[in-house]
Amino acid sequence: MTAALATGPGAVLARAFWRKSGLVTLLLLLAPLLWLGIVYAGSLLALLAQSFFALDEFSGVIIYEPTLSTWRQFLSEPANLDIVLRTLAMAAAVTLACAIIAFPIAYLMARYAKGGWKALLYVLVMLPLWSSYLVKVYAWKLILAKEGAITWIFAQTGLIGLLDAMLGLPVVGGPSLSVSYLGMFLVFTYLWVPFMILPVEAALERVPPSLLEASGDLGAKPRTTFLRIVLPLAFPGIVAGSIFTFALTMGDYILPYVIGSSRLFIGQVVYLQQGTAGNVPLAAAFSVVPILVMALYLAVARRLGAFDAL
Amino acid sequence: MRSDRMPAGLTIAAILGLLFLHLPMAFIFLYAFTTEDKSYQFPPPGLTLDWFQVAWNRQDVWDALGLSVRVAAVATLVAMVLGTLAAMALVRARFFGRETVTLLLILPIALPGIITGIALRSAFGIMEIPFSFWTIVIGHATFCIVVVHNNAIARLRRTAGSIVEASYDLGAGPWQTFRHVILPNLATALLAGGMLAFALSFDEVIVTTFTAGQQTTLPIWMLSELVRPRQRPVTNVVAVFVFVVTLVPILLAYRLTRGTDSVAGSGK
Repeated sequence: MTAALATGPGAVLARAFWRKSGLVTLLLLLAPLLWLGIVYAGSLLALLAQSFFALDEFSGVIIYEPTLSTWRQFLSEPANLDIVLRTLAMAAAVTLACAIIAFPIAYLMARYAKGGWKALLYVLVMLPLWSSYLVKVYAWKLILAKEGAITWIFAQTGLIGLLDAMLGLPVVGGPSLSVSYLGMFLVFTYLWVPFMILPVEAALERVPPSLLEASGDLGAKPRTTFLRIVLPLAFPGIVAGSIFTFALTMGDYILPYVIGSSRLFIGQVVYLQQGTAGNVPLAAAFSVVPILVMALYLAVARRLGAFDAL
Repeated sequence: MRSDRMPAGLTIAAILGLLFLHLPMAFIFLYAFTTEDKSYQFPPPGLTLDWFQVAWNRQDVWDALGLSVRVAAVATLVAMVLGTLAAMALVRARFFGRETVTLLLILPIALPGIITGIALRSAFGIMEIPFSFWTIVIGHATFCIVVVHNNAIARLRRTAGSIVEASYDLGAGPWQTFRHVILPNLATALLAGGMLAFALSFDEVIVTTFTAGQQTTLPIWMLSELVRPRQRPVTNVVAVFVFVVTLVPILLAYRLTRGTDSVAGSGK
């Protein structure tokens, strides 16, 4: 057994496959664990800890003594609740829109496309998913601007009144699409749709065709089969996709900054508080909101079986 | 549901959805050629190639590009080592705390980027670590690990343990087995994971704003141009360039892992 005597990193790696001893697993995990455990989780804990310090109002320096005053400040300001609710409402609306747009595409990919067509569709979904976030935001800035393409199209088709009416709506409207919730909602939806398509497609892929045939044989109309078989089985996929659409909307601060009105979103407050205002404790308290929401979301998603669809 | 044709309504919805996903990018290309340099005017009054020349001569663009490439290269390397190690440890082992390790791996992409960014920034602040090339790399590597890990573990799951056993039975040592059996099997998945990690790092802006200090990566450059434009068409040219640069590795990664569905679900 010369094999057992061999040393060196390669030998260790190879042996890990041969006999999974606890020690080898630990050795393999050591570096990733040190990185993620200390650098990442450590930073997260340090951030959470910061919310229990407070900023001295007069000197503007952080006083490193445990206090609840930052939390009191965060919870007692009604405007903060508005920011949280606004962000969550946008995240929910975007998630819903993504699910509606993604479903037909995922359905086409999973049920009807074959061979080369399927590969093509897959690439067509993956390209926008992976192409540059900023380039996409930038493209929309060009499209939504007052002098941009959308206004032009509405003007050419004589529907400019319709656009003006939409922009005139309270809350969602604004001076132009590029500075309104409507525009922001559109771009958020555009950005995250691919994150919804892939898990839904994966879930639909796993629906056995025999089940659909059985449903038809038992006399169900296509509509009934769709509502009672396909949709429930695709649901974990939708939940899995919504993890991304929800989290990404909730934390984004660039899009609300580039496209959107002056009313703030959670991400922006975190950014402004730690940067311009220098109030890291308050920024930390704000960032607890997305962490808690995502913890809750992941726990529910897990129960709904979404993790198998990831 | 017996017929093999998709209902017309769904087909139309799918086509509209795909158009929605692809049309906007066409505007970036169109605007890179516009003769008009101030507003967002559509349709462009005229077309020109000049902006490519102007962009080529901009030193600030080259500097930002250089930093982005160097950061992405190092972050990818770190992520490839750590992601592969984690995948090899997790692929078949069952141990206490395994779930926690998996959670640690996906947390950097499951939590919004701003959380990762501000957490790292405040940690650098507490430890009094000044911003540098390395602070950017630390941030990027952290969320790139999972991409490499996802690709590697998907491949390892498909690599049957029996071929490793066969290798031993045929008299190969551990190193030989790793070198000639495991590595060749893993190579394309690692390459794909590495390219995705590179593209992810090359494009990252949210975490970078918190860990870069005064340094300018290409996305940071673009963001500043988005907010305070100087020569808009130059930004368009850079956007076209970024678009192409990120797509090439993605397409290659797709080719390398085709049929193994290991790219799916490795969301940003």
